[in-house]
Amino acid sequence: MGAALFVVLAVLTVIAALTVVLHPNPVKSALALVTTLFLLAVVFVLLEAQMIAVLQVIVYAGAIMVLFLFVIMLLNLQSDDPERGRRRAVLRALAWAGGALLAVELALLTRGASVDMVSTAPPGYGGAQAVAQSLFTDFVFPFELTSILLLVAVVGAVVLAQKQRRPTLS
Amino acid sequence: MIVPTEWALTLSAVLFAIGVVGVLVRRNVIVIFMAIELMLNAVNLSFVALARGRGAVDGQVVVFFVMTVAAAEAAVGLAIIIASFRNRSTVNADELALLRG
Repeated sequence: MGAALFVVLAVLTVIAALTVVLHPNPVKSALALVTTLFLLAVVFVLLEAQMIAVLQVIVYAGAIMVLFLFVIMLLNLQSDDPERGRRRAVLRALAWAGGALLAVELALLTRGASVDMVSTAPPGYGGAQAVAQSLFTDFVFPFELTSILLLVAVVGAVVLAQKQRRPTLS
Repeated sequence: MIVPTEWALTLSAVLFAIGVVGVLVRRNVIVIFMAIELMLNAVNLSFVALARGRGAVDGQVVVFFVMTVAAAEAAVGLAIIIASFRNRSTVNADELALLRG
């Protein structure tokens, strides 16, 4: 039952991801990306990562995608013109062929990955307590570093997005 | 185990490849950015799948960090896009060729 559900979710996720890449209108691309992220959150629940699934919906599908949509609408972007020309078409076909090759190779790399896999996860696996326990013991130094990273990102975003001031010197 | 690890890793591989193709074929900077988010999510999926396979929660903590970095990257990247749009009035990657890239 779970395996069948996963296959359905995988097909829907791939369709949504292709829509992100193929749709000429950036707003609809962004909405397709939101769909992809929601479907991936369900896949995370199937893989017993409940905490990560919740974070995926709140942080990714919520905060980050709102930022994307806000910028798209702020810039008032229209649909891309379909690009013409023989050279463009050849390059696009090459990109798709290369992408298909990459997908096949990466998928082949994963053969035999489940040799030493455990069939049942320990109790409480993937919940907030288990993740937090690991986060605040083994990974506490990287956790503190991310706070500095976020501070730098906030300062950087404010500096970059403010109106340019003319330099007064020289 | 409900979902075999290889299936999840295969889905991750396909999503990553779609993201790479998106970066290559699209010329709109914001759509290229969204394709990068797609690749980050594909990698997150493989982290979660392998964490489940090993029965250890470490992989999920790494996903947490990837999400933090993605949020920071989105904030700074979109600020750069707005700044460059203000100066050049375009988000077409072919026209933003100041560095002759």
